[in-house]
Amino acid sequence: MISLAGRDILHSWGKFVFTGVGLGLLIGVTLVMAGVYRGMVDDGKALLDNSGADLWVVQKNTLGPYAESSSVNDGTYRTILAMPGVARAANVTYLTMQVRKGGGGGESESDVRAMVVGIAPGELGATPGWPPYLVTGRQITRSHYEAVADIATGFKLGDRITIRRNHYSIVGLTRRMVSSSGDPMVFIPLKDAQEAQFLKDNDAIWQSRRRTEANPAFNRPGVPGLLDAVIASQSTNAFVNAVLVTLKPGHAPDDVAESIRRWKRMTVYTRAQMEDILVGKLIATSAKQIGMFLMILAVVSAAIVAFIIYTLTMDKIREIAVLKLIGTRNRTIAAMIMQQALALGVIGFVVGKITATFAAPMFPKYVLLMPLDTVAGFFAVLIICILASVVAIRMALKVDPAEAIGG
Amino acid sequence: MKRLPVQGRTIALLAVIVPLLAIFIYVGLHSGPLAPVAVTVATVESRAVTPALFGVGTVEARYTYKIGPTFAGRIKRLDVHVGDLVKAGQVLGEMEPVDLDDRVRSQGATFKRADAVLREAEARHTYAQTQAHRYEQLLAARSTSEEIVTTKRQELQIAEAALSGAREEIVRTRSDRDAVVAQRSNLRLIAPVDGVIAARDADPGTTIVAGQAVVELIDPKSVWINARFDQISAAGLAGGLPARIALRSRSGQTLNGRVLRVEPKADAVTEETLAKVLFEAIPQPLPPLGELAEVTVDLPALPAAALIPNAAVRRNGDKVGVWQIVAGDLQFSPVTLGAADLNGYVQVRRGIKSGDQIVTYSEKALTGRSRIHVVDRIPGVSP
Repeated sequence: MISLAGRDILHSWGKFVFTGVGLGLLIGVTLVMAGVYRGMVDDGKALLDNSGADLWVVQKNTLGPYAESSSVNDGTYRTILAMPGVARAANVTYLTMQVRKGGGGGESESDVRAMVVGIAPGELGATPGWPPYLVTGRQITRSHYEAVADIATGFKLGDRITIRRNHYSIVGLTRRMVSSSGDPMVFIPLKDAQEAQFLKDNDAIWQSRRRTEANPAFNRPGVPGLLDAVIASQSTNAFVNAVLVTLKPGHAPDDVAESIRRWKRMTVYTRAQMEDILVGKLIATSAKQIGMFLMILAVVSAAIVAFIIYTLTMDKIREIAVLKLIGTRNRTIAAMIMQQALALGVIGFVVGKITATFAAPMFPKYVLLMPLDTVAGFFAVLIICILASVVAIRMALKVDPAEAIGG
Repeated sequence: MKRLPVQGRTIALLAVIVPLLAIFIYVGLHSGPLAPVAVTVATVESRAVTPALFGVGTVEARYTYKIGPTFAGRIKRLDVHVGDLVKAGQVLGEMEPVDLDDRVRSQGATFKRADAVLREAEARHTYAQTQAHRYEQLLAARSTSEEIVTTKRQELQIAEAALSGAREEIVRTRSDRDAVVAQRSNLRLIAPVDGVIAARDADPGTTIVAGQAVVELIDPKSVWINARFDQISAAGLAGGLPARIALRSRSGQTLNGRVLRVEPKADAVTEETLAKVLFEAIPQPLPPLGELAEVTVDLPALPAAALIPNAAVRRNGDKVGVWQIVAGDLQFSPVTLGAADLNGYVQVRRGIKSGDQIVTYSEKALTGRSRIHVVDRIPGVSP
């Protein structure tokens, strides 16, 4: 038996393939859009994975440290270490800021939006908060003025970067270390980060000193050292944003979290709760936005597939009339149209998947193409094609065989 | 001849479809979660490691002399400015004496008056002595009454008492005068040692409370660095170790020094160990006090042991270890780490031995099920 669909495709294969490629680009955009959404969620999860923590201890009644600002005394971690079930506890600070490359002025400076993470010194490999893997260079070994940056910042090994007034040299690069909004991370030692977070610019410090000097309560002629003491106390920072906690094996995160909540009166989040906060609250609106767009794209793709198949069928309406005239069964004609629609869908999907895969790395933010999404996309394309061909089939079956000789 | 066009079309169609499918399959296998993870591999070597400690500190002077008056008063003159070199004993300035000069004169007059009183007492005493002696002789010759002799003896005793009183008065007034003169000279601000004026906190005319510093003098030979080392990375810090000092203002220049002592008291709040680091040669020009300095202390080299880059150390669950490549497969080996140096190498005490192949860098976090492909450099890393 001859495949009518195959013969027809071969007859005008150029048109068919190009239509398929066009459709493929559209499907590609849809897949990328799904990838953008998955990427956003994955950014949030990467943030949690990379911190290596089982529990996050934050300021009471805040959603910190990612979704809200939180500050915890930097000695708190010691009291948490004493809780049963806690293996390690490490301070951490997060600060999103523009990080300048190069130092000491000059026009060649460029800046990158980055999340500066202050990591507590501790046992190599075991302390939560450290970048879990590197792509080049080494981990921080000095307690000051060294940085490990995400490769997406564009920094290279040996680069000097400026954070506030200190210069840091890049000693290592890592990958996929991003904040929940996709900004690459720069890891620096905790003490430097604490300073960076609360350190004002020099003008502000001078002005604040003047204000203190002008205050007669602090600048008393009879008490020579008082002013210096007051100024010194104003320029210290003993706070961090959160304490990352890892657990000893065999302890349930919820139990340990509950005991810290109860006895230390802090807010504690487990991994699952943190994911809820990040995915459910922090990126909820942007995710809905993307989801809306994805829906629209899917509807538009479906409409376009329907139109294409409809016009393709209309183009050969005369041939279909001839087929009917020579007594071809309706089933054969319907199968021909549906096979063509499915073939178009498959070509479109293949092209779409390829374009999406090659386009994904070019996006400034992470685009994650999940195999499951691809499979779901494939079946969605097939269903859309089948539905779209139904309209065309109805048109083809209604055609009057007389049209073959008439008109 | 008639079949050819159809065959040509079939071939053309296949020419489009087959590469498309080939790319599709390649894309499906080499991107996304199914793709193998690019890793770089290193061989564990047995090498000696020279651990070093890194700390920051500020330039400080070991001896700072805060010079000021011991009484409240006003500054009369101040001859030195910040940066001036002064010698031990040099007069730096003077406090306003107010009425002290007058009191010195007054005490001088009082002294002279006491002197006059003494002379008067001496004269009276001499006369009383002569009289007493004469009447003694007259009594011996029985030509006067015993009562008169007794009177004369009493007068002599009174004159003696008056004389000794006048002598003591001289001592008192002299001491009083000396005290005022001492106070007067105490108003001068004098350099206790050779040094540099580091601060001038008040100017002539300013009223100063007792004990408040007017000028600050430092001994430039005693400049040192008050360095702070994180307690986690301060193991092995001891006096006498060689140190390298980089001053913030002289970036790229390394100065030699050595650890003088590790402070017995650490900072409990910042969790830092404090140490004092001396310069081998005091840098010229003198670094400003309070300047930030980075201090690297070299510890003695340790014997050779299996050495790995610190980037290879990973966490898997609750264990710390390295990803080892055994017969092409990944295997996580927990390790016990030893000493580390500042260049990113760390010794392994237990877990792996030299010659083992381990993963140093990887594109993403590894798990036991990761497929890997070994590369020289992770894609995206520039040489």
